[in-house]
Amino acid sequence: MQFGVFTVGDVTVDPTTGREPSEHERIKAMVAIALKAEEVGLDVFATGEHHNPPFVPSSPTTMLGHIAARTERLLLSTATTLITTNDPVKIAEDYAMLQHLADGRVDLMMGRGNTGPVYPWFGKDIRAGIPLAIENYDLLRRLWREDVVDWKGKYRTPLQSFTSTPRPLDGVPPFVWHGSIRSPEIAEQAAYYGDGFFANHIFWPKEHTQRMIELYRQRYAHYGHGSADQAIVGLGGQVFMRRNSQDAVREFRPYFDNAPVYGHGPSLEEFTRETPLTVGSPQQVIDRTLSFRDYVGDYQRQLFLMDHAGLPLKTVLEQLDLLGEEVVPVLRKEFAALRPAHVPEAPTHASLLAAAGGAKDSTVHAVDDVTGKAPEVAR
Amino acid sequence: MTRRTLAVISAGLSQPSSTRLLADQLAEATRDELVRRGAEVELRVVDLREYAHDVVNNLLTGFAPAALREVLDSVTGADGIIAVTPIFSASYNGLFKSFFDVLDAESLIDRPVLIAATGGTARHSLALEHAVRPMFSYLRAVVVPTAVFAAPEDWSGGTADGALRGRIRRAAGELADQIDRRLPATGPADPFALTTDFLQMLGRDDVPVTPGRTGAPPAPGSARAGSPPG
Repeated sequence: MQFGVFTVGDVTVDPTTGREPSEHERIKAMVAIALKAEEVGLDVFATGEHHNPPFVPSSPTTMLGHIAARTERLLLSTATTLITTNDPVKIAEDYAMLQHLADGRVDLMMGRGNTGPVYPWFGKDIRAGIPLAIENYDLLRRLWREDVVDWKGKYRTPLQSFTSTPRPLDGVPPFVWHGSIRSPEIAEQAAYYGDGFFANHIFWPKEHTQRMIELYRQRYAHYGHGSADQAIVGLGGQVFMRRNSQDAVREFRPYFDNAPVYGHGPSLEEFTRETPLTVGSPQQVIDRTLSFRDYVGDYQRQLFLMDHAGLPLKTVLEQLDLLGEEVVPVLRKEFAALRPAHVPEAPTHASLLAAAGGAKDSTVHAVDDVTGKAPEVAR
Repeated sequence: MTRRTLAVISAGLSQPSSTRLLADQLAEATRDELVRRGAEVELRVVDLREYAHDVVNNLLTGFAPAALREVLDSVTGADGIIAVTPIFSASYNGLFKSFFDVLDAESLIDRPVLIAATGGTARHSLALEHAVRPMFSYLRAVVVPTAVFAAPEDWSGGTADGALRGRIRRAAGELADQIDRRLPATGPADPFALTTDFLQMLGRDDVPVTPGRTGAPPAPGSARAGSPPG
């Protein structure tokens, strides 16, 4: 099972000091968090993508490419890549490039984005969110799997004899997750392709997650990728820990009370009861996280949101120490002991490569337009 | 015997509340009318005051806390609705509106609704027609022709059994008629139900699902999810 962190990349005032970090500071903090994630033994770092303040990560592959160069093991991902407003051609190119630079330590999570005004900035309309996600992703898959693509659709200019370069590393496209809170169509999409399904999970009652995962698993089996319990499931989680749970509650409360999304609404106690948010000791986080399995089954990836609501970097890094040293090792052991042998791990570049029968150079070489000859190439 | 459920919503804020009193009288009258038509009636009375914080939390977080979820489901799954609000500043009060704001916008389509209101003076009575009825029209509910307004004088000894009683009976009869001509409600809609399949969404519903075609998933037992075809 994979464990990691996902970040929204919000620039938020620290409610305890009134201090708001600069964009520069926040961007560097995100990198520091990624490096720390690798240092404490986590598997995944995933960044959000946003195109409006107060968020900084508008250019995920720039950030992930930089992190790739400074890490060895960490799997780089997104939470989420906007499949609606991004051009699928640019996603195909950017993430294939990242795959090469990171030697395969890359996957992506597709999401629609729920901020209405963002869509028209990119020439799109939020009312077509689902059809955009469906059409764009179908094209993206073809761009990674077919060397030359002729394509015509509804939402982008047609393509004739188009080759997306670079081709995916070793001829194997990155694994893709689809994230959605409550759109059954997206669970259906993930199931159809045999891709992963990631339930945001946080900010919502567990019943949402349970129903969506149930649907995804059932449709995954329907489309013949394996049994329902072999479907590839990821979950979000949100925790704040101190050794003494009362200290955790006391320290986190002002951040909770003023947080974007749920601030000035339900009490911390109500929200921890209604959603997976856990504020307490490492042991409480372990117990709560293990309980996720009770309603989604054995799953492959657990990402935690650790750095929002204005928490200072120092605190976030302390949280990652606790997560990496005290929580995740126990979770790894417990989840592994519970998981039946026929339930797979999340696909990685190595496992996809093995399944494809090994690496192949997938370079598409230009053909001389006069002689029609391809140059001699190293094979 | 047909079983019918009637959701009775009162947005009254004081306790005791004349809004709740009016709601109760409408509920009893409608129940009597339905029973006369051979139905067995379950009343689900909701004092919105008890859920005021939950309603605001729902507005802020986007989901209903468990107790409110139960109420929302009981309203959207009812055969008919009696909705009663005090008139504040020429319209329904904020709590009443917020409650209908957190209901799914399509959940009351074709649902029979009786609207009623209370106010400090009879001059507020047309707020039912100018504010409350259009809101339910927007939700595509079926609002019965008689809307019932109770002014302070309607509760006085001289008139309590008179004009108000008559309006209540007429409105209750209209609501019972609307309920009676429909099949029993099947409960709240499932927001997670899949109503389409993927090929339809892809606009390729003419293509049969055959794993292995271009862009289609690999066949069972073949390479794991996400592996390239061929």
